[in-house]
Parts: sequence; structure tokens; C-alpha cells
Amino acid sequence: MTSVTHSVPSVSQSSINYEAVIGLEVHVQIKTASKVFTRVAAGYGHEPNSLTDPVVLGLPGALPVMNKAALDAIIKAGLLLGCEIAPVCKWDRKQYFYPDSPKNYQISQYDQPICLGGSVEIELPGAARNVMGAHKNIPLTRIHLEEDVGKLNHGATESLVDYNRAGTPLMEIVSDPAMHSAEEAYAYLTSIRATMIYGGISDCDMEKGQLRCDANISIRPVGQAKLGTKVELKNLNSISFVRDGIEHEIKRQLAVIERGGTIVQETRDYDGMTGTSQSLRTKEEAHDYRYFPDPDLLPVAVDAAWKARLQAECPELPFAKQRRFQADYALPYTLTSVLVWDRALADYFEEAAKLSGKPQAVGNWIANDLLREIGHAKIELASSKVRPAHLAALVQLVEAGTVLNQAAKEIFTEMFATGELPEAIAEKRGLKAAPTDNNELEQWCRDSIAANAKALAEFKAGKDSAINAFKGPVMKAAKGKANPKLVDETLRRLLAGM
Amino acid sequence: MTLPLHLQAITELAAQLAAKKISAVELTSAVIARTRATEPRVHAFNSSDEATALAQAAASDVRRAAGQSCGPLDGIPIGLKDVIAVKDQPLTASSKMLAKFVSPYDATVTTKLKNAGAVLHGRLNCDEFAMGSSTENSAFGPTSNPWDLARVPGGSSGGSAAALAAGSAIATLGSDTGGSIRQPASFCGVVGLKPTYGLVSRFGLIAYASSLDQIGPFARTVEDAAIVLGAIAGHDERDSTSFKTAIPDYRAELAARRGPWRIGIPKEYFGAGLDPEIGAAVEQAIAFYKKLGCEIREVSLPHTQYCLDTYYIIATAEASSNLARYDGVRYGHRSAQAKDIVDLYFQSRAEGFGAEVKRRIILGTYVLSSGYYDAFYLRAQKVRTLIRQDFLNAYQEVDALLTPTSPIPAFKLGEKSDPLAMYLCDIYTIGVNLAGLPAISVPCGFTKTNLPIGLQLIGQPYQEANLLALAQAYERGHEWNAKHPNL
Repeated sequence: MTSVTHSVPSVSQSSINYEAVIGLEVHVQIKTASKVFTRVAAGYGHEPNSLTDPVVLGLPGALPVMNKAALDAIIKAGLLLGCEIAPVCKWDRKQYFYPDSPKNYQISQYDQPICLGGSVEIELPGAARNVMGAHKNIPLTRIHLEEDVGKLNHGATESLVDYNRAGTPLMEIVSDPAMHSAEEAYAYLTSIRATMIYGGISDCDMEKGQLRCDANISIRPVGQAKLGTKVELKNLNSISFVRDGIEHEIKRQLAVIERGGTIVQETRDYDGMTGTSQSLRTKEEAHDYRYFPDPDLLPVAVDAAWKARLQAECPELPFAKQRRFQADYALPYTLTSVLVWDRALADYFEEAAKLSGKPQAVGNWIANDLLREIGHAKIELASSKVRPAHLAALVQLVEAGTVLNQAAKEIFTEMFATGELPEAIAEKRGLKAAPTDNNELEQWCRDSIAANAKALAEFKAGKDSAINAFKGPVMKAAKGKANPKLVDETLRRLLAGM
Repeated sequence: MTLPLHLQAITELAAQLAAKKISAVELTSAVIARTRATEPRVHAFNSSDEATALAQAAASDVRRAAGQSCGPLDGIPIGLKDVIAVKDQPLTASSKMLAKFVSPYDATVTTKLKNAGAVLHGRLNCDEFAMGSSTENSAFGPTSNPWDLARVPGGSSGGSAAALAAGSAIATLGSDTGGSIRQPASFCGVVGLKPTYGLVSRFGLIAYASSLDQIGPFARTVEDAAIVLGAIAGHDERDSTSFKTAIPDYRAELAARRGPWRIGIPKEYFGAGLDPEIGAAVEQAIAFYKKLGCEIREVSLPHTQYCLDTYYIIATAEASSNLARYDGVRYGHRSAQAKDIVDLYFQSRAEGFGAEVKRRIILGTYVLSSGYYDAFYLRAQKVRTLIRQDFLNAYQEVDALLTPTSPIPAFKLGEKSDPLAMYLCDIYTIGVNLAGLPAISVPCGFTKTNLPIGLQLIGQPYQEANLLALAQAYERGHEWNAKHPNL
């Protein structure tokens, strides 16, 4: 286990090492067609207050009804993260007055969350870019389902409320206080995001508020079991703000201790633009949410068949895929890192690898050429005209020696533009290696060997690489269109007889 | 002598409408005329939209002429308690908070009544947010009891009971959280049915206490109540607490279910505080059932003494939460004095809510507060389970229970200024809500001063058909509902 420690230059003789303890509360908006307790559509970027109905607006007499797709999604998230799915879960009202909350209570889960335990696998930075870092499982406390609130837009003299976001299904993923550095928190959030996107649970676009994060941070002397006083840091609105904000808060707490002060339990607001934070409220000012079971919603029992159906829909997660790619396809770490974080890309790779039987070559084409072209064209992988079958066919042409590397690059570019099959492009543009007359090739090989006695002697003395010296003149004679594999074979056959 | 149209039962009027002896417009006009004549004295209505009612009546006549009548409720004027949403009509809950609120949607029961062809006439007065037992807590002034204008009609659905007794509606809907249909029905001499929790959708009913609220009919006869119940009952996918159960033809079942029944008399419901005249009337009802061949058995509901406390913890807790949405931010009363958002909440709610509503919000907020939840709310829920179990145990040996509906007849306006004295009016009705059971109040006599007395029959969950048949058996042997107030 990695634990990052911070040394505080002490005013006294001895210097104490402190360690940070971090727990994250991550809110993930669930991607469902409609809102969590009513049929009105969920969405982002619509005309303000257009995604509303009596239920969303909390009009007199309106009642919530659970959206089963949202339940499916959170159970799936729980299964992906190894949580225990509660056999029965219930819904509670979390009560506080704020204009973004139309009912002045939020339907949430208090003491019987739907997912308990579980963990998030993270990877810490390796010693170098091409070296895999240490892996670690961050234990989860719980995941629960709740409804999102509306959005306030503050003007100079008044505030406007947009309830479009209100009622969007939201899950809160709560970790144990088990992280010890901003890097770990960063890796944790990255892993959660990948998992949710993989599971089709959320798009996790932080700019659209689909992934939001609050951090509970404390410090304690290394070796001390008891947790220090925690500070909750809010508004960590991008993944880099999470890292910067936590880093900032750890330093702030160390500085307080260093000055001989004590940490106050409070909620602080982090401003990512200025890299500063300020106190929002202290423990004494904390809300009493007066949770109680929502009498409008019945408890939900999740049976084995329901879980099994969702379990069957759970995809392999990125780290598991990465281990499999390394084991099954003998891919290097860096290449797997490129392939596994995007589920569509990983699937694309596997399909092309299976079709061609050449995973390494396919991986290289994807990492070096396909991603570059997609980036230039600013398109999604799904709309690339180069499908796995195209790429597999191209790899096979190169492997068979039918086209040479330089020609293959040209074929790829055209294939990307037109979607034509590589064979057809090679044919049309005369990019195939010349169909060589074997007698002619053999004669060029004999000539080349005869012209280089030194290399012949070296080869006979056991230096295998000396054979390369014969290849240049042969290719020259063939005007570059000879099949290199055939040249190699022919040379070896002739040399063996000498 | 034939009764005027506005005092006849649905069954009688439906027959005349079907025979084209009268038109729906004629009937609605008669009810409107009666309402205009009595409203200055009764004040059962918060508002009425006569033009829309007459248009609905005209549409009903067109349907009937085309041979497309929707059934017994087509063309029948029905009034709704002002806590049930009707699209484009005011929905005030008799509160200043919602004085100017117009509902943009129909409650499920409203949709169902519209589909049955009913003419929806009037928004009926009640205690503010259905909190009270006298309709005196209305922000728009109290309703008077048509039998004695100096007395209350009961509550909280006092307007629904009084309008029906006065002839300003042929049937009405109310809501019952702790007795709010049955107690005013008993005070006003009409039939009032509180269905099993979950039988009628609450979607579009302004919530007071969600786990107790239930919409139900007021009617002149048990058969009329069966007809209205049949129209409004049934599972609603917009109310998660509505129960998936087949809805029988309650009216047809009345003839099919003829007993004899085993009737339990809970001894705890005949103790101190019961008015002797009411006690005597109920005893006579027991004797009547005995004569019918029913087995009468004394039973015990040992946790009855905890009903009132349990109710006032659970109901107020839920109310404190349900009423949080009335904050002046998006709709409802907004104080003109507010300086900032917190002030807006305080001022709007201080100005918008009446004293009883504030009292219950404060009580409910307290019992849910951190450190008190276990001692109050959680314990009350446990006691609630015991109370329900009492009833279910009794149903091991009897089919139904018989009690007075209210310990006292209609009292004078302003008589009960002490909230606790008011709360005691509901001691015989509250247990039924806590247990989620169906119960009906039917007229069972009059006091010497000519005030109606109600008999409460409590049924088994979702066994409304049995309950209605049992009530009708009593009704057929008496003529209490032939009497009408002298207005």
C-alpha cells in the first residue's frame, strides 16, 4: 500500500510525519430517458424549465413513481463495483429548504442504501510512462440513489431557478476514508468514470454536471489509528480541480497544524480558478435533515433473478481487460493502456485482432494510425469508415508480404477516406508487391550473394544478420516491389546450399 | 310527494336521466339554483364554476341523445373537496397559501369522474390542508351545519358533507386522514365512506399525511356511495401506494352479499366521553343487526388508547414534510415583505398558513428532529403496527366492527377552542386510518335536538363490497336518510 506522507518542519526538536486521509463522495447522474420519479424527459442544455411536470415542480398533489431504468442502472453500478445489493431498499426524504429543491426535500436513501461495500480498483502512476503503476482497491461504504436538484442562476439582484436538472436520477458513491493523496483521489475518480461509461450508466461529463465530487479530508500523524478532524471540500468540478483542491486542502491543514492551530470541522468551498478555498459552514451550522421514510414510495425488493439479469449485462472492466490483453495477446503495457479505457476501442481492437490473428500489429495500427486519423477528422470511432474488418485485412496483406509497409500506410489513408477494402485499393493504385518471377528473383539473389564475399563469409561463420546485406541489391534490382518474405526465403535456401 | 331534484339520490336521478324525463342541464341548473339559495347561510363552497358545470351537463345530454351515455354518473353533479386537483380550477386547500393557485392538471379521481360523465360542480370548503374536525380552520371562513347553522358540519371535509346535506350536490368527494369523511358524514346525516388505504389513487390529492390520506365518497345512500366508489377506485400507476386489485362492481355486489355477518363490538369504543344519545342509537343498531340474524360479539382492540398519540406523531411528521413545498418560491403565497431567501420562507409561511397548520408543522418537525426520531416517530410506527394487528386479530373471529362514528354530535361553531378537545372528536375514527382499513359512516338516528347521529362500520382490507352490503342492510331497515334539513 502506498501512503504519501508529508513532513512538517516542526517548531519543536522532533519532526512529525503526517498522512492525509481522504474519502470521496461522488455524484453520478444516471443516463435514463426520463427522470427518476416521473415520465418527463431528462436532459441537458434545453430551454430552462422545459423538462418539468407537476411531479418535478412539486405541485400540490403530485406523487413520485420510481423509474425502473434508474434502479437497473444503480444495481448494475453496484454489481460492477462488487457491492452487495440490498435485498430490500427504501426511500427517505432528506429535508432542507433551498430554492433549487422544489419540494424542499430530496428523495434519497438514508439507512438502507441499495448498494453496500464494494471497491474501486485504481492504478497509481508508474515509474515511467511505459511502466505499469501499483494497483490498489479503494473500499466503498455505499452507493445510494437520489434525485438531482434544480440549478440556480444568480444575477445581481435576483436569482433564477431552472428545474430541468431537478429529478434527474443521481447516485452517490461514498468511499471509505481510504485514500492518502490527491493522486489516489484522481485515480479513483478516473476509474469510477471509466466504470460508469463502460457500464453505460452515465456519460460522466463533468462540464455537464454528470459527475460531481466532494472530498472529506483530514490529516493525522503517521501511525495514528484515529482519524483527524475532517473538512469537507465542495465544488470540485473537474478531475484536475479534485487533484488540485485536495492538494491545496492537505497543505492548508498542515500549515494550520504547523502554526500550532487545530483543524475545525467545516465545509469549505474550493475555487478552482484561484486555487483557494473558503469556509461555507462549520459543524454547528450543519443541517438537521430530519430524514424519514418517504410514505409515497414503497420499499423495493431486489430478487436474485433481477440481479442475475443485470449481472449478465455487466461488461468486463478496463483493468481486467488490460490484464487479459496482456496475457492473451501478449501486448505491451503501453499499448493496452491505449486500448482498454475506451470500451468501443477495446471491442474494435479485439474484433480486428481475432479476424487477423495478429493482435500486436492490429494494436499498433490502432495506436499509431487509426487514433491519429480519428483525432484529425474529429470524429467518433463509431463513424470511422475503417472498420475492424478493414484493419484486419490490411494487417493480413502486410503479413503475407502482399503489400509493403510504406504502401500499407498509403492504403490506410485512402481506406480512412473512402471505406474501400485494402485489397481493392492496393489493386487499383498498384500498391501490391510485384508478383515476382521466381527464376528472376533467384537470379537477383545469386548475383547479390556472389557480389558480397565478406557477408557470405560472415553468414557462414554463424552471423545470421549478415543475410540483410544481400537484401538491398535484390530489392534494388526488383525496383522495391519484391516480396521481402520471399526474398528472405530464397536467400536462405540458396545460402544453405553453399 | 316527490323530492326536488337536488335532494334525490344518484340511482333515482340516473333512472330519470336514462328515461329522458329530465336532462343533465335541468338537474345541474336545479343544483346550482339550490346552491345560490343556501350558500349565503351554509358556505360549503370555496368557489364554483357554474358555466363549466353547465357545459359539462350539456355535453352529457349530447352523449345521452347520441346513445353514448357513460353510466349512472353521467350528468350527475358532484362536488369535490378543495384538496383534489381539477385542471384549470382553483385548488386552495382552504389556505391563504394557495388562495390564488389554479391547478394545471387533474387528479386521477377527477379524470375518472370526468370519464364517467359526472358534472364537476364546486370546490368545497374544508379545514386548511385537511387539518381539523370542524371546518373552522378554513382560511375562507367556516361552513355551517345545514341541520343547525350555529353548529359545525364536522371536518375536515365539512364542505363536502354540508353541500350534500344542503342539496348543493348529488354526491361529493372528501378525503379522510383521521376521520375527515366519516365524522362530517355523521354530523350532517349522510353516508361517508373511507376506502382501504391504496384502493383510490391519491395522485392529485393535496397531501396532508401521505400514509393515512384516502379519498372517498359522500352520498345520500349506500348504493350511491357504491356507485361513486366504483368510479374512482382502482390501481393508478401514478400513485406507488395504490394497490393492484380487481375492482368488483360494488353496486351489483350489494345484492349478492347478504350476510349474516359476524359483527364485533370493540369495547374500547364505548367508554367515557360517549354521548348517551349516541350510545343509545348505536345500541339500537346493534339490536337491529342481531334481529337480522347477525352474530354480535364483543372484541377488544387493546391498543386503542394509543391511537390519538400515534396519529398525531405520524400525521404531523408527514405533514411537516409534505407542506415544506409551500414556500412562496415558485407558486403559492409570497410575502411582499421578504428581504432575502430565508426571510421569504419565514414571511411567506408565517402569512400563508393558519394556526392549526403551523401547530402541526412545528409538532411534526420536532418529532423528526435528530435525537427525537427514535423516541417519537419510530416508536409511533411500531405502535401503529400493533394497532393494525389489533384489528387483524379481531377479524379472526368477526367480519366487521361496529362503533359510533363520533363520540358527540355536531357542536357549536367556536365551541372547541382547545386543540386537544378538538382532537378527541376523532377517537373512534383514527384507528381505522392507522390500520389502513375501510370504514363507513351511515346515519343511525337523531338527537332530541334534531342533530344527526352516525354509525361506523369497519371492514376488512379491500373488502368494501362486504362493508357496503352490511351498511345497506342497516339502511334498508331504517329511513333516516329520508329526512332532510330544514333550510
